[in-house]
Amino acid sequence: MALQDICNFQSVFEDSLTTEYPAVPHGKKIASNYVSGLPFSNNKSLFHFYIPVAEYLDESPIQFGQISTVQNCSADSSEDPFLTSSTLPTCLPFASSQSVPLPFPMAHGTTTLAFMFQGGVLAAADTRSSCSGLVACPASQKILPIHSHLVGLTSGTSADCALWKRILARELRLYQLRHGRRLSTSGAAKLLSHMLHPFKGTELCVAATLCGWDGGEVDDGCDYHGGTETGPGSHGETTKNQMTEQKNFVDSTNAKVSLAKDERFSFSEQCFIRKKMNLSGPSLFYVCSDGTRLRGMLFSVGSGSPYAYSILDQGVHWGLTVDEAKSIAREAVYRATYRDAYSGNCVDMYHITSKGWTRRNREDLKEEYYREKQRRKHEKTERRDVTFSD
Amino acid sequence: MEYLIGIQGQDFVLVAADNVAASSIIQMKHDYDKMFKLSEKILLLCVGEAGDTVQFAEYIQKNVQLYKMRNGYELSPAAAANFTRKNLADYLRSRTPYHVNLLLAGYDDTDGPGLYYMDHLSSLAKAPFAAHGYGAYLTLSILDRYYRPDLSRDEAVDLLKKCVEELKKRFILNLPSFTVRLIDKEGIHDLEKLTLGAK
Repeated sequence: MALQDICNFQSVFEDSLTTEYPAVPHGKKIASNYVSGLPFSNNKSLFHFYIPVAEYLDESPIQFGQISTVQNCSADSSEDPFLTSSTLPTCLPFASSQSVPLPFPMAHGTTTLAFMFQGGVLAAADTRSSCSGLVACPASQKILPIHSHLVGLTSGTSADCALWKRILARELRLYQLRHGRRLSTSGAAKLLSHMLHPFKGTELCVAATLCGWDGGEVDDGCDYHGGTETGPGSHGETTKNQMTEQKNFVDSTNAKVSLAKDERFSFSEQCFIRKKMNLSGPSLFYVCSDGTRLRGMLFSVGSGSPYAYSILDQGVHWGLTVDEAKSIAREAVYRATYRDAYSGNCVDMYHITSKGWTRRNREDLKEEYYREKQRRKHEKTERRDVTFSD
Repeated sequence: MEYLIGIQGQDFVLVAADNVAASSIIQMKHDYDKMFKLSEKILLLCVGEAGDTVQFAEYIQKNVQLYKMRNGYELSPAAAANFTRKNLADYLRSRTPYHVNLLLAGYDDTDGPGLYYMDHLSSLAKAPFAAHGYGAYLTLSILDRYYRPDLSRDEAVDLLKKCVEELKKRFILNLPSFTVRLIDKEGIHDLEKLTLGAK
């Protein structure tokens, strides 16, 4: 709205002293009234115009959560045309426009999960976007690719997530252009975490899981060949390291004898070794707008995450095959959508390997639900038949 | 929710922290390290609000390292503790205070070992033993009862084990494992992780 208005005002200005009011900006009554109302000679008063979006940008980010009602509403309605159709107008501003504290913290209405295994990283998410108890979009995309080897799962406010993903993608691309290599997933997570830090305490709500494959040191954008050339040797080594890392997962962070050496390393050496180990290979980070940044092997975020965790904790281990991994991810999302009201519709799955990410076709979980129902019915009749035959 | 403990001996400081990184009711990570290495002989243990801990601790960490680069020698533990407290105090009455509770443990070549207790209201106290978190309510009296200034390393580890056992017995939350480190004139040593096996 701001841009349109300013553009229109400029053109109106250029027409200067004509009495026509050619480009009455559509939509905003305030605007048109002003245009028709004031004489052109008085330049200044036209620019003393209430352009909510500009003010919104002038305010410090810390103020976001405390915007007054009037400003917030007009800011929302003005931004609508600029939001892409797949991202929804967030429900959060409507709640905050009451300028009363929310009665309970808004849960991230979604189920997203990601885990690392020998075949790379698998990410899965549902596709339901909810808004204050109704399904605003049954086919939204919660897994957003950031670049060829990094994918981000979003949870929280849809618009916030989409925006910050794009900002992150831009910053990563700039880094790549400036330094000639891709930023690692760890670095990308740190970057996102620091970018979100000034907004801590405001209504911004982004809980992102970054899943990526880090390349070798020398990249130059010549894809993977540079990385995989030393590949079979170092890749094998990193997987071995990762395997032993997985084994010692429960045991240690510091006594990271994951290099199968029994000596105790000093703290600094271990930090160095850990960094060396993870220089290439799969990588998974959870970043939240409250400042959390965690590296791990398995994460699930959202209102459906407890349900997903319980399924994943039973079946995920390092040695899964790709198909097993896909099926357990699908099962976890399905169970979460079954129990959680804010998750549902379809499931998206992305698989990240050294060659980049591949996307599986979106699958409607409704089919799975009906299949399961059939199976249960079948089992029940079978059981009945068995008891009858007894 | 989170637990930190430090015990100062005659020529060492023993510190331990739990390994859980939680988000509301879910344990997101079971092997999270809450200790930050400020220098060769200083450790900062940091718990509190989610993002504040890492941001604040890394800020202090980088500043201590910068001091070393600029001046050629490291900050002493006492100086580092006071620097940390000053930063906490400066931010306390701003719009973005850091809600963190800290233990700073270090070994000074002239003064010997030191354990400093700091909390989110930027108080600072040098103490022979200290703990943070709900678990502190349960373990401080054990420390009061059994602590002696001339504890040996093994005795200190035993005392730590007593505290952890008590947590396992009476603390409502599950803290399955603890990272344990020891600082003495040789530097920082990693000790065996304390895991509470099923008993």
